[in-house]
Amino acid sequence: MADVTYREALRRALDEELDRDRDVFLMGEEIGRFEGSYKVTAGLWQKYGAERVRETPISEEGFVGAGIGAAMMGLRPVVEIMTINFILVAMDQVVNHAAKIRYMFGGTVGVPLVIRTPGGAGAQLTAQHSQSLEGWFAGCPGLKVVAPSNPADAYGMLKTAIRDDDPVIFCENLVLYNVTGTVPDNGDHTVPFGVAEVAKEGDDLTIVAHSYTVQRALRVADRLGQDGISVEVIDLRSLRPLDVDTVVESVRKTNRMLVAEEGWSTFGVGAELAARIQRACFDDLDAPVERVGAAEVPMPYSKPLELAALPLESKIEAAARSLLRECGL
Amino acid sequence: MAEPAVTRTAVLDDREHALRLFRQMALVRRFEERTEEQYTRARIGGYCHLAIGEEAASIGAIDALDEGDALFASYRDHATALAVGSPPAAVMAELFGKDTGVARGRGGSMHLLDVERRFFGGWGIVGAHLPIATGAALAFTYRDEPHAVLCQFGDGAMATGAYHEALNLASLWNLPIVFQVINNQYGMGTRVDQSNAEPELAKHGATYRIHGERVDGNDVLAVREAAARLLAQAREERRPSLFETVTYRYRGHSVADAGKVYRTPEEVQSWRERDPITRYGLLLGEREIATGADLETIWDEVAAEVKDAISEALAASFPSRDSLYEHLYGDDEWREQFGRMAAGAPFGERGEEPEWQT
Ligand SMILES: Cc1ncc(C[n+]2csc(CCOP(=O)(O)OP(=O)(O)O)c2C)c(N)n1
Ligand SMILES: [Mg+2]
Repeated sequence: MADVTYREALRRALDEELDRDRDVFLMGEEIGRFEGSYKVTAGLWQKYGAERVRETPISEEGFVGAGIGAAMMGLRPVVEIMTINFILVAMDQVVNHAAKIRYMFGGTVGVPLVIRTPGGAGAQLTAQHSQSLEGWFAGCPGLKVVAPSNPADAYGMLKTAIRDDDPVIFCENLVLYNVTGTVPDNGDHTVPFGVAEVAKEGDDLTIVAHSYTVQRALRVADRLGQDGISVEVIDLRSLRPLDVDTVVESVRKTNRMLVAEEGWSTFGVGAELAARIQRACFDDLDAPVERVGAAEVPMPYSKPLELAALPLESKIEAAARSLLRECGL
Repeated sequence: MAEPAVTRTAVLDDREHALRLFRQMALVRRFEERTEEQYTRARIGGYCHLAIGEEAASIGAIDALDEGDALFASYRDHATALAVGSPPAAVMAELFGKDTGVARGRGGSMHLLDVERRFFGGWGIVGAHLPIATGAALAFTYRDEPHAVLCQFGDGAMATGAYHEALNLASLWNLPIVFQVINNQYGMGTRVDQSNAEPELAKHGATYRIHGERVDGNDVLAVREAAARLLAQAREERRPSLFETVTYRYRGHSVADAGKVYRTPEEVQSWRERDPITRYGLLLGEREIATGADLETIWDEVAAEVKDAISEALAASFPSRDSLYEHLYGDDEWREQFGRMAAGAPFGERGEEPEWQT
């Protein structure tokens, strides 16, 4: 089990699934000769050819729709949307079509489609290229939405996604691509959807996060740990289905919860969790649920403003400390 | 069709005009070279797309705009801003994220604009500004104003649905707009014939029953002449057109792309031999409009101008952290309306911000 990057873990999963099943094929912009904008598909075009690693023009609505059609015929397309911002162009295909087909047609046909796409911010890519929209999809019945935070989960969940019979929005993150970790050598290692992971155990406060924010939360937990505060970090891993039980169990133990996310808090993942936890853990909570997210503005370019808008570790830490202070800790 | 507003010969007969075109192209070239260098010095962040090699296509068309016309462009927009006359220091300040930038540091490289000079942006989602530009042309028609819109975009944008919808609407509604595709042969690493089923892009005009025309985008006078004619047609006959300018980008797609895996050095070299600035400089010499020394002087002057722009932008200050929520809505009451909904995050329901440091 050697350390690999998140990017390499994804590539290995794609490679093995392409090799295992001829019904699996890739589609997306710049994924072939150019190796993918973020190099996830490097080498696959050379290995599997242009039929199975299909380069597309800038036609998101067209090729997401084509992915849906091919999936209805039983193929297993894995579509790459260069960044989640561009999926907005294909929103009708995703929300009005992929998500609806099985139910609307009475269960007679499904859409085994995977859409892989990175979100995230922090490199001054500005308003139109810095969004984290996974919460929007997580609010849509008919879709499955996952957001792995480390290489092992990226690998195992991508395999699960490809083998799943329904449309999966597979959310990656620009900052995570270079994060390293161990990945099991076993080619059949899959990670199920709807099972959150306790990424770090603790007693005083539960921080819930997904995707890159888990890495941030772990570092915050380390820093607070140095001051004798014991933080439990929960990695949601999948947003739809959402594993509420693991969060409830943790909050029953710590009596405090903070949800951190990269996107906007309003109507976000934290809002959903706060609603569920206030009901399930009403008698367990020592303080109101706290949320940390991106500032509610389109992401500004200028570095000082971008830093002010991002849910930085320092902000998660400050919010955690202030929550604990309220409880006399 | 309307007569060309200013012909090739007319530009060359007007020495001041002829030299202005040269100066603008030289300014863009130097500005972009220095921008690349500033990026490597980490004074510029994010995506940064250079237009080196494409100067004539962009500037030649913009030069044909009349007062009141409106201009739209893609994210490859540094040349666009300089061509409309935005002060280089304000453009550089935007790239540096400074408060004195053309978008007050909020937009950066991809979202330059200059509303006063009728340049309505710098847009980041490929193809998306074509319908918006079409709407600007609709406004001119609606108000019976005699202006036209020039909308510049890349060859890759012609694969988007937005492109097709915009051209169809513009033709159906007889709108005064020139759709200028700056065909630089590639959209990222995808060659034009890999993204467009009809790679002779001007031919797409036939689908919408509009005039399509292809010109050598490295010949600034040819671009100028055709653009003037098509813009005049838009203003006078209220008809859109599709204007293809064939050119090349020397650099990679953005500063992050070396521009090597999808093309050969020979190909790049062959285009360098048709360099738009060199060619125009030679023409000015042949016609005895400018000597080599005159052109050298211009190069020196624009180099100094860019140098000053950098110093000025460096000296300017960053927007203050407190200004994060400025410009979110246009009305003064929005803070009351939205209250903590807008300003609460990143700290949820908490009334005041706990202390944090970067
Ligand atoms: C809808 C959308 N999809 C993908 C991208 C990513 N992207 C940015 S530029 C670009 C290539 C565009 O090429 P072209 O239109 O030829 O313009 P050029 O860069 O050559 O000036 C791509 C794919 C995007 N910005 N928007
Ligand atoms: Mg192009």
